Amino acid sequence: MVVNESHKGLIIFIAKRVALLALVLLGVSVITFTVSRVAVPDPTRAWAGPRASQSTIDALIAKFHLHEPIYVQFYYYVVGILHGDWGSDPSTGQPVLESILLYLPATIELTTAALLVVIAVGIPLGVAAATHRNKLQDHVSRVTALTGVASPPFVVALLLQLVFFYYLHVFPDSGGRISPLIQAPARVTGFLILDSILAGNLVALTSALQHIIMPAIALGFLNLGLMSRLVRASMLDSLASDYVRTAKAKGVTKLVVTYKHAFRNALIQPVTVLSVYVAYMLGGSVVIESIFDWPGLGYFAAQSIFNFDLPAVMGVTLIFAIGVVVVNLAADILYAILDPRIRLG
Amino acid sequence: MAASLDRHEIFTTLRILAKDPLAVMGTLIAVAFIGTTAAVALFGNFITPYDPNHADLNLIFLPISSKHIMGTDFLGRDIFSRVLVAAPIDAQIAFTIVGVSAFVGILLGSAAGYFGGKIDETIMRVTDMFLAFPTLVLAVAVAVALGPGVGHLIEANLVVWWPVYARMARAGSLSLRETQFVEAARAAGLSSVAVIRKHILPNNISPILVYATLDIGNAILYTSVLSYLGLGAQPPQAEWGRLVFDGQVYLTRAWWVPLMPGLVILLVALGFCLLGDALRDALDPRYRR
Repeated sequence: MVVNESHKGLIIFIAKRVALLALVLLGVSVITFTVSRVAVPDPTRAWAGPRASQSTIDALIAKFHLHEPIYVQFYYYVVGILHGDWGSDPSTGQPVLESILLYLPATIELTTAALLVVIAVGIPLGVAAATHRNKLQDHVSRVTALTGVASPPFVVALLLQLVFFYYLHVFPDSGGRISPLIQAPARVTGFLILDSILAGNLVALTSALQHIIMPAIALGFLNLGLMSRLVRASMLDSLASDYVRTAKAKGVTKLVVTYKHAFRNALIQPVTVLSVYVAYMLGGSVVIESIFDWPGLGYFAAQSIFNFDLPAVMGVTLIFAIGVVVVNLAADILYAILDPRIRLG
Repeated sequence: MAASLDRHEIFTTLRILAKDPLAVMGTLIAVAFIGTTAAVALFGNFITPYDPNHADLNLIFLPISSKHIMGTDFLGRDIFSRVLVAAPIDAQIAFTIVGVSAFVGILLGSAAGYFGGKIDETIMRVTDMFLAFPTLVLAVAVAVALGPGVGHLIEANLVVWWPVYARMARAGSLSLRETQFVEAARAAGLSSVAVIRKHILPNNISPILVYATLDIGNAILYTSVLSYLGLGAQPPQAEWGRLVFDGQVYLTRAWWVPLMPGLVILLVALGFCLLGDALRDALDPRYRR
């Protein structure tokens, strides 16, 4: 295959972005390092636990090189992270990275489901608002969006629980990812829905789907606003553009103009801020997952907060930042493929 | 972009706001919130219908009624009174976070945009790093590192809050730098500091002020989430997020215990959102007519 100019441009663009990613990650580690070592009043106590003996603390001082200058400490911190040493729980000694990998699939599963809710509800809401500007649809969409943005996550979660668990009995009230009465499929990928399908276990699949609906709606609702407002704005822009006017002048019907001409182009921009939604959702997951007993990283973080387990909280912070940065990269590349003009910038 | 707001401008803006029912609602909520805060801060428990800390086991879990408009909790305390006395602490935290971040952000962002070059690069790369984190999670991490308490909660939020303001101020400053009045000021021999202080800052402030209004609601939300997670005010002190957390085990027995304080948080945050949203439209010349 001959690499033409356009492909070359794309490859250079991706290479630049990956280099930038490494830089941002280095910056991220500067911040996590500062928070976990410098901001803490007594780092050894925070990392070894309040009841640690003097010998444990001495060992920690040696391990973290606390007697060395700060930049040397930072060097060892980065090397440690790259080698998978993310610290360990002060009370149990459980390595943080192990816990993170255990909880990670549940969070990815829930975030994906919530993203589907955002897309499935946010896009139609935004389109309806734009095509019926300043009419009822627009007001409903605006109030829904603002309510989502202004809702504390725990209120949404508790309200859903009260109505659907307690009054309507629509969804299972056990919390978690699957009913405790059901034998969960063997852990292959860690994604319960995928594992159930792989095992051909229909009962587990049904239960898993029933359990994910409510937390996904809660997390999705909180982030609907951004999507529907962005879709509305870019839909209004493209409805007012020249090519839509030309299409109308040619006599193309309103339905075709709206959905074929305007809609497609209006979607590019809202979809490319994917990393923003992911960042919001990971933040919200700390509350949503702990209310729904959803055993993901947010749940793990909330537990660690209650125990003031700093290594675990820092680990979750770092993995979330990595997640946001990587999703951001993916969105940038996707954008560059969809819209070649971007690469010039 | 005209210079700062004059009297005529303010009247026009107010007239536009008064015509928008959602803006009026937002304004009323914001005024009620600030009024309550001031009243409680000045007169303390005298203005609450009941003593917020008075427990009476004969009165536990009373539903919403004309006597207890938000019901009573697991110790028979009046929830409405407890919500009222918690208002100042939430207001203090939210206004401090937004005020200090806006101040720091405007200074850094204006300098970055005006000077450009290395100063700009450095400041913007630093904001990039902060914006890579989910804000809430980084705030939680800093709060855990510092330990619980209201002061630490504010500090933790400040760490994550300023970059957005720096970004906004930089964008404004970049376009102002190229305007003729700034060029004229420079040609007249004003120093960089004087140009920034007299011409860049005043013109940068009004869009940021609008965003800050909206952001107060955000700050209230973040504060409530952090204190829900046990990182804010400590037990004897009533705080909105904490009230929800303490009440949530009684959700199925007496839903009003966790949900009433929760709905108050929602209402106040929504009020500032509506106000900010309407203010943005009202100040934007494109939507004026």
